[in-house]
Amino acid sequence: MVHSRGEEFLQVFKKGAEFTQDLLRENERLRFRLLELENGQLSGEAAPASELNKLSERIADLEREKQEILDRIKQVEEENQDFAARYIEIEDENNNLANLYIASYQLHSTLDFKEVLQIITEIIINLIGAEEFAILLLDEKSDELQAVSTEGVDRSEIPVVRLGKGIIGGVAQSGESHFAADCDAYERDFNAPMVCIPLKIKEHVIGVLAIYKLLMQKKEFAAVDYELFTLLAGHAATAIFSSRLYSDSERKLSTIQGFIDLLTK
Amino acid sequence: MSDYNVLIVEDSPTMRQLIAFALKRIRGVRIVEANDGVDGLKKLSSERFDLILTDINMPIMDGLKLVSLVRNDANYKAIPIVVITTEGAQEDRERALALGANDYITKPIQPTKILDVAKGLLRIV
Repeated sequence: MVHSRGEEFLQVFKKGAEFTQDLLRENERLRFRLLELENGQLSGEAAPASELNKLSERIADLEREKQEILDRIKQVEEENQDFAARYIEIEDENNNLANLYIASYQLHSTLDFKEVLQIITEIIINLIGAEEFAILLLDEKSDELQAVSTEGVDRSEIPVVRLGKGIIGGVAQSGESHFAADCDAYERDFNAPMVCIPLKIKEHVIGVLAIYKLLMQKKEFAAVDYELFTLLAGHAATAIFSSRLYSDSERKLSTIQGFIDLLTK
Repeated sequence: MSDYNVLIVEDSPTMRQLIAFALKRIRGVRIVEANDGVDGLKKLSSERFDLILTDINMPIMDGLKLVSLVRNDANYKAIPIVVITTEGAQEDRERALALGANDYITKPIQPTKILDVAKGLLRIV
């Protein structure tokens, strides 16, 4: 009985020992597995995370670079537009200067009074774009302004104007240009031109240019037109004055020559 | 040796000078000037031209007559013609184009416009 109980105890103890051994093995196996999993987890995530960080930083850098490049492109485009606008401006200025130079050159290319008037007429038509206008000169003896050349209107239609009277007389007296407030609304009036420019040598007015109508395609005056008016005011006056002086001196010379011939023959 | 021969037919010396100035921006251009249509035709027969620019209102022979004669002459009909005039009405423009003008420019003169049209017809990029 004692023996069987001892055997039984030994059996139980053995089983307990075996069980414990099993538990220890299982524990060992699970620890190993856990370690494996932990290692696996670490090795599975640590590498992509650092790569991802690097890539994210690179993307951010590239985004910054891209933005900088876009900003620079925008800046260069704006600069280009500025340059293009400036180029057009300079081209226009160059053309305007050329027009002014040619107009001035032509005005002083002759001493023939009629030719000078013809050149002034051509400049007004071709460069300013006027269709109806008159050139009036001042007779200093009578203080009256009388048309010497017209375009688009008959010369007889242009009134003789007394110095200081009305718009034309006022411009001749003051030496200040007159421009109608609204060219579109302007209605032709020979006493009140759309534009009236004094022809003057320094402050001495020798006549006026009166414009009554513009070419149908010419809607308004451009900045260069005002420069042309200024040029005309000075150069046309000088050209008219010189040619008249030359004609007078030629006539006087011819008269004197006639007397000399008469006395010496 | 010029690359482009251009004939300007215009009775006003001032206008001829202005047009010539605008065209001189074209590299290799040579300009010949004529006072009116008859003078223009005479100069046309003396050498080869790549472009004609003509006014309408001229003495002796006007620009429209010149356009018509050039377009009906087998020797010259291929030459592009630009009319430069004060006549701004649509019917004047249509008449000139119907006669065979390639382009129609109205005064007051704008050098940039003349240059652009001339370059286009001479096929200069």
